[in-house]
Amino acid sequence: MTTTDTPVNNGVNVEALLGAREALTGAPEAAQFTWRATCEWQNGTHSRSSVEGFFGLGAEQSHRTRSEFDADHPEIFASADNGVTPVEYVLVALASCLTAGVAAVAQNREIQLRSVSATIEGGMDVRGILGADSDVRNGFSDIKVTYDIDADASPDEIKALVAQSQKRSAVYDIITNPTNVSVEVR
Amino acid sequence: MRIATVVIGAGQSGLAISRCLSDRSIDHVVLERSEVANSWRTERWDSLRLLTPNWQCRLPGYAYDDSDPDGFMTTPEVVDFITTYAKVIAAPVQTGTTVSSVRRTDDGYRVITDQGEWRCDTVVLATGAFNVPHVPVFSEAVPSSVRTLTPMDYRNPEQLGQGGVMVVGASATGVQIAAEIRRSGREVTLAVGEHVRGPRVYRGRDIHWWMEAAGVLDERYDEVDDIVRARRVPSMQLAGSPERATFDLNALTSIGVKLVGRLAGINGGRAQFSGSLRNKCELADLKLGRLLDRIDEWAAANSLDDSGAPSHRFAPTVVDASPPLGLDLTSGEIETIIWATGFRPDYSWLDVMVLDGKGMIRHNGGVVDSPGMYLIGSPFLRRRKSSFIDGAGVDAQELIIELAAYLDHPASSSRG
Repeated sequence: MTTTDTPVNNGVNVEALLGAREALTGAPEAAQFTWRATCEWQNGTHSRSSVEGFFGLGAEQSHRTRSEFDADHPEIFASADNGVTPVEYVLVALASCLTAGVAAVAQNREIQLRSVSATIEGGMDVRGILGADSDVRNGFSDIKVTYDIDADASPDEIKALVAQSQKRSAVYDIITNPTNVSVEVR
Repeated sequence: MRIATVVIGAGQSGLAISRCLSDRSIDHVVLERSEVANSWRTERWDSLRLLTPNWQCRLPGYAYDDSDPDGFMTTPEVVDFITTYAKVIAAPVQTGTTVSSVRRTDDGYRVITDQGEWRCDTVVLATGAFNVPHVPVFSEAVPSSVRTLTPMDYRNPEQLGQGGVMVVGASATGVQIAAEIRRSGREVTLAVGEHVRGPRVYRGRDIHWWMEAAGVLDERYDEVDDIVRARRVPSMQLAGSPERATFDLNALTSIGVKLVGRLAGINGGRAQFSGSLRNKCELADLKLGRLLDRIDEWAAANSLDDSGAPSHRFAPTVVDASPPLGLDLTSGEIETIIWATGFRPDYSWLDVMVLDGKGMIRHNGGVVDSPGMYLIGSPFLRRRKSSFIDGAGVDAQELIIELAAYLDHPASSSRG
């Protein structure tokens, strides 16, 4: 880490995060969050999901604004392409989660970031989702994330930021570990 | 019977504190459920050697003094070392005494055993931190055709069938057992989560020599950033062997052990491995790099650069491009699973409200959250070396100051 005259500022309030960690360690009930989205079918493979409220700290919470997300499939799948594919949302989720983590870890380690950019690619054999070959899985066969980071730190310190970010990432965990999923019809 | 101090457990920690109590003429007894060094006698696999070198086997008033300072004791030698220590310090050990309850009273503690009852002002819990193998909850989903063992059941490869073995966990225990079973000719798959990589020898000296010299082993509980985290860090992948061999993942891969990610679940007879293996290895490689940087800095500052081997770095851990994410446990490929997934202390006999939500003792550097109660022999109790034989002495010497002050002034003694 390089000592600079100006304090490190990546725009992350680490004190608040560390305070929350300490407070929630002794209050596991308050740490129970529920994240939510709703989804409305539009037409064809086009759907529109929205996110606004969530539950946490023992109460209903809300984002500042409601967000909407159109999902569809591209024209080469004979769809209207009214939005990105659901699997691309997964890539967006992973990249944004890891990048937020890089900033938070850098702030905690007093490393000033100048730029952080990531390229994320998910390989997929679409014979799985097409049902063309039952030995092929539906999901990604592999995901590759490549970071370019300019920061006041050594190459190993930058690698350690990215490694620690993966260790603390929710989406990384969601993707790398199995999760029980129940889907019901009312 | 009334006594100043009851020490529960006659391993290295209980004996070290006994020696310190005797030095201060504090009347005490050391209660031991079986014999001195019982866990070392009964709960270790055959080939295990101490992972700290002989020269580092030091206890208050006693130390290794034989012809092989750089060697590693076998388990019988450890038993002999600790038993001899008990004799040398004339520890007041009462063997064959199982404690069934410890309770708070108006004037101290009541210790109930199968050989009668003790009343005392202070109690030292020295029963160790590794009493019960910890096994993940999803172990119940292992198909009945697969045999499961814990490191306490495991003795040697001859105990196993000829089929494949999955070792779950890659800390010191897991890597040693995986290597031994693989060398016996069996196929071995090792499920690897968070781990701490370490070479046995660096720049011609034992890694424990460097870690002691550079102050790593002596780091105190009140100096580290996050003591809760530090107490949960897995043991370094080290083993004591006559060859001073390294037991990191590259060493295991080179003899044919297959690496997979952390065992995340078992679903429909299928083991599911995490896709995080690459990152776990990257984290361990980077952490090792930081340790070696610190060692090199210490060596340079202490003019050790000219003697011995130069600074170098170990090759990154080799991970397959796409390690398997699942394994069918019903196919017969895996005949045995060994859970090297850690140990927990057993405080089922402790009827004092000092356990946290995870069943661990609430304490500050061994001063337990109940007046006159002390803990010793737990990971990073007061120092990084607290769980090693060499850590018992200094922890005991510091805790005795707290304990003696409490005996002098029970009400005003401060914590920690």
